[in-house]
Amino acid sequence: MTNPLLPPPRKDPQKRTVSPTRPPEARSRAALGLSAAAAEGRFALQQCTECGKIQYPPRDACSNCLSTELRWKDTDCLGSILAETRLRTSIKPYFRERTPWRTGTVKLDSGPVIICHLHGDCERNGRVQIINRLDRSGQAVLFALPQKRSLYMEDDPQLRAMTSDPKHRRILITDARNPNTPYIAKSLAAAGASLIFIGESENWRPYPGQEAVAQLDKVEVLPLDVTDTQSVQKLAGAIGGKTDILINNAHFVRPGGVFVRGDTAMAKEEIEVNYFGLMRLAQAFGPAMCTRTADGENAAVAWVNILSVHSLSNNPQYGCYSASNAAARSLSQSLRAEFRTAGLRVMNIYCGPTEDDWYQPLPPPKVSPETVAKNLVEGLRNGLEETYCGDVAKDLFERFRESPHILEREMTLAGEGP
Amino acid sequence: MSMKLLTKLATAIADGSVKIVDLTHTLDPDFPVIILPPEFNQCARFRMEELSAYDHRGPAWKWHNLTLSEHTGTHFDAPSHWISGRDLPDNSVDAIAPEQFIGPVVVIDCTLGAAMDEDFELTAPFISDWESNYGKIPNGCWVLMRTDWSKKSGRNYLNMREDGPHSPGPTPEAIRFLIEERDIRGFGTETVGTDAGQGGHYNPPYPAHYFLHGAGKYGLQCLANLDQLPPTGAILLAAPLKIKDGTGSPLRVMAMIPGGNT
Repeated sequence: MTNPLLPPPRKDPQKRTVSPTRPPEARSRAALGLSAAAAEGRFALQQCTECGKIQYPPRDACSNCLSTELRWKDTDCLGSILAETRLRTSIKPYFRERTPWRTGTVKLDSGPVIICHLHGDCERNGRVQIINRLDRSGQAVLFALPQKRSLYMEDDPQLRAMTSDPKHRRILITDARNPNTPYIAKSLAAAGASLIFIGESENWRPYPGQEAVAQLDKVEVLPLDVTDTQSVQKLAGAIGGKTDILINNAHFVRPGGVFVRGDTAMAKEEIEVNYFGLMRLAQAFGPAMCTRTADGENAAVAWVNILSVHSLSNNPQYGCYSASNAAARSLSQSLRAEFRTAGLRVMNIYCGPTEDDWYQPLPPPKVSPETVAKNLVEGLRNGLEETYCGDVAKDLFERFRESPHILEREMTLAGEGP
Repeated sequence: MSMKLLTKLATAIADGSVKIVDLTHTLDPDFPVIILPPEFNQCARFRMEELSAYDHRGPAWKWHNLTLSEHTGTHFDAPSHWISGRDLPDNSVDAIAPEQFIGPVVVIDCTLGAAMDEDFELTAPFISDWESNYGKIPNGCWVLMRTDWSKKSGRNYLNMREDGPHSPGPTPEAIRFLIEERDIRGFGTETVGTDAGQGGHYNPPYPAHYFLHGAGKYGLQCLANLDQLPPTGAILLAAPLKIKDGTGSPLRVMAMIPGGNT
């Protein structure tokens, strides 16, 4: 049974902060399909569309019939351990620092024998469930979990190395005014976060729930306005060295496309908050977080953006807002690349219309703040890079995956003419 | 004669017999601005983006780009700011004759009332009372409403509640009296606007804006240090930036007052 992870002691100021090292990143192009699935937390393997054989490891031609028609498909994740070993040393600095490290081979019920990391609770020759996770290099690795859950299984050091678990971590939520903030803060506290900083803009302007936010467990409200570079720098100067997870939920939304607006004032505000806000936060907090990705049990692990799913394909009813989110999504890809050498993970949560004032005229289903909070914590625990929150977002993403161009046509239909 | 006057003035400023009072708040990102219903475009907050600071972005110099509204911080309202002044000649900041920017000022002390009532109203009878103490307000004069509101900060300044902001201001009758009976140059306050926080509930709504700008008069708001001005006898210097067709402008407002040794 995994022992519960104890709260880490305060840092010894005389010790050098451990520099981040990374597990090997190199993969074949074919294997990137496994990483793309891991980014969403899916266990997928290639399947031959001609003979149906499930492939492992990823390859360019079927190992049975040599067909090149291999499709990534979500695959049954159950299997049995064939053999295991414990690494005691390694020529890779990343593993040297983390030995002993348990690995093994698992025979999947669906056929292939795979090489994977083993959770500490897996029993010899036991039944396991395989999960597909990103390691700190940002590439997929397969990981065997025991079929029977144990209370503290998330605390397994090998598993924690793959995930962005909030337990014992210090987390910044950037916008106290967002109605989802109290729900996110409560969920993080329940997930074991040690300290939750909440950024509050324009203290001179009251907002609903202001007092309730300040009274939440483990919460400290601090001034932060993502539209003000100095304000962002000031907060980073204060808590940048102890921000382990940053959750950017600052957003500005107004309905309308280009013609409805008639000017660029609201769009400018959307870009200021949704795009430049993210950039300011990244410039102020990113470098310090990147130096702390190997800093013990509460090392910096993740950067979370809450985006509109219409960043994938524009919703003309919220045309300008969608565009600002598309800019933010694109920037998050740049950040992902810039954070990758440090192993800091960027997780994007894509939401459909949410239950708040600005989506009030829209019909259900809408995303409740509880759902956002639940998705966020699950995403961190699973070490995801991409997660879709609510039915609208999930459906839209499926359609986007099938054909962005068909989706664009669906989204921009004008309706029956006169 | 006038050259002598100017030389005397320069000497008086230098020796302190004429004192300069700064009536301006510092442009600061945290200084409140007026808040409109969220579906309307909003007043831009003051923002500064550093372009370089003697570094790789510019080795020998430091400078910033600014973002702000015509109506951010201590600012001047031109007649074109309001619909009532939209068709007046020379109604924008760039068209106003420069001699308008320097002139006499009287200060009506409303601090007692404002301290007791956040929605304190400056009424026409209150102005008449003031005149019985300090004399008739001369034509072409700035009239400033002193409330010491500038000493409030944070949320107490805007004093926003669910039914809107609460801060003192003039009644429609008071403003009409100042314009029609006294032909003032303009009206200034320490609050975020020339109108009361609840000024939208008067008839017409926002009477200071409506009547002042309809009559080609000017507004000043977010003023500070009015407690340092005498009730009468000071000169106000309030020159907005020369913005083409500008409806207002942040500016440095200063007053010349009699110094200690005169």
